[in-house]
Amino acid sequence: MKRWLPYGCIALLAVVPFAPVPLYYLHLAILILIMGLICTGWSLMGKFGLVSLGHGGFMGIAVYPMALLWNHYGLTPWLGAPIGVGLAVLLGVLIGYPAFRFRVVGHYFALITLALGEVVRLSIIAARELTGGSLGMTPLRVQPITDVSWYAVQFTDKRYFYVIALVAWLGGLWAWRLVNRSMARSALEAISEDEVAAASVGIHVTSQKLRITLLSAAMTGLGAIMLGQYNQYLNPNSLSGISISLEIVFASIVGGMYTMLGPTIGALITIVFRESLRAYFGATLTGMAETIYGLLLILFIIFMPRGLWGFVVARFAHPTGDTSRLEVAATR
Amino acid sequence: MGIFDFYLLETIINGVLFGGVLALLALGLNLVFGVIDVIWIAYAEIVMVGMYIIYYLNVVLGWPLVFAALASILGVGVVGLLVHALIISPLLDTPPINQLLATGGLLFFLQSFATLIFGAEFRNLGLSMPILQFFELYISFSRLLAFGTALVGMIALYLFLTRTYIGTAIRAVAQDREIMSLMGVNTRKVYLITSAVGGGMAGLAAILLVLQQDVHPFIGYTFGPITFMICVMGGLGNLLGGFLAAFIMSQIISIGSFYVSTELAYVIAFILFIAVMFIRPEGLFQRRA
Repeated sequence: MKRWLPYGCIALLAVVPFAPVPLYYLHLAILILIMGLICTGWSLMGKFGLVSLGHGGFMGIAVYPMALLWNHYGLTPWLGAPIGVGLAVLLGVLIGYPAFRFRVVGHYFALITLALGEVVRLSIIAARELTGGSLGMTPLRVQPITDVSWYAVQFTDKRYFYVIALVAWLGGLWAWRLVNRSMARSALEAISEDEVAAASVGIHVTSQKLRITLLSAAMTGLGAIMLGQYNQYLNPNSLSGISISLEIVFASIVGGMYTMLGPTIGALITIVFRESLRAYFGATLTGMAETIYGLLLILFIIFMPRGLWGFVVARFAHPTGDTSRLEVAATR
Repeated sequence: MGIFDFYLLETIINGVLFGGVLALLALGLNLVFGVIDVIWIAYAEIVMVGMYIIYYLNVVLGWPLVFAALASILGVGVVGLLVHALIISPLLDTPPINQLLATGGLLFFLQSFATLIFGAEFRNLGLSMPILQFFELYISFSRLLAFGTALVGMIALYLFLTRTYIGTAIRAVAQDREIMSLMGVNTRKVYLITSAVGGGMAGLAAILLVLQQDVHPFIGYTFGPITFMICVMGGLGNLLGGFLAAFIMSQIISIGSFYVSTELAYVIAFILFIAVMFIRPEGLFQRRA
């Protein structure tokens, strides 16, 4: 019975768009799936102590080349996307290899990734003749205009995007599962506990960290590509830089970065919470939603550092409340 | 050619003065970073609080600027104290990254709280600071003032840390926090004082910033990252190093803006920071342990 539960959920998610769901909810679901993929990618690094404050950098460097290639050369996003993901991975190598080789850890790793995210954002703004700078850019509409263009990946019907986002998100969870069941996981856990000790028992610290970073960069880049393609609008401030980077980090923490579904739950909470508060307070109290959100973040990190889902999973697995096993349970 | 060099000279001088602003910004963060070993990722937003305090007292309530400025130092000092008491101290025993992330939550909170109260509009004091003219050079008075204040602030902080009893205690805790608590030093008190002084420094920086820039809820993003980079590049807790790093960064940004563009100048500065982290992670001016 328990074995079939995940498949049942997937089947349910797959039929959602064919039920009469209001467009607005479908829109939210697409955003949640895409942000869920990005946050899952971030958590793959975060849960091993590699806290990156620059995942926005991987987003920007992936999505802009794809849109530019489409606008200027008419290259289909099906080719542009792998190029974009490839560039995100390349950026991961450029920052990751020296960082891990020279053992830049903790605070310092967070700060160099913060700088990286800003480098990408400012570079995009600086190239304003190409990218439109802070004003952003829109991918050109496919000519002749049609409702469904697989070549340009432009659909008027949101359900196409939903299915694409669902598949990509499931792919992200699958990657998480593979990592969790591999030797790499034990190696990375050992590294996050004590790097020197891990190296002394023969774990190749640099290569292990680099591999998980590249996987994370690729997932983040893919998420950004889908976000840009779905919104049909690219802005350097929302697709790179410190602001979105922190948003990714916090969604992952709120949900719980040590569990497979935690980051997605975090994305869900963040998006639903923001949207509903926005609907509740309306335009009268701009900033109220984010104020409460900021306050909750502080409380979460102090009182529930494993996140909401991490907390639920731990309670469910160990109802006796044996907190010493919390960590172990939450990583499963 | 002569004209060209002349503009470059003006650029360099303005770069030095901009360095003063950055150095002043870095002082408070450097103190907290160096002593408590915590990154207040919301530091720039705490400075923003000071800017809003001055704006509110001076423009809305009509206080004289001097009192508003003093209120900023005190007010932000209290904010610093509260940040430590409410956010950092419950997290002192957790992985350091949690402290950084919790102050990241504070960043969101302060930004949106400012939006809630003051709206997203750009606000300023409505003052126009004079522009000084030396022969053919035009120099912004407010930047000159910031430069002077940064210098005075650094010297004052240095004297506080070396000449007073509590300053000595702060330095001792920075060197070895476990031993000092065994020696009977109340580390909690030392941390609280350090946070308050760090906050006061942020309040001081806010005075100089509000004189030359409009304040808006997202202003922290414009100078926050560069402030962190300066602190780390100078070597944590190394006041003089932070001061020098501020001038290196400001020259890169100033001259880079002159030759290419502001954004690319920042890109160069950030890439330099990343490179320095790879080569000398303990900072440019830190003696190797």
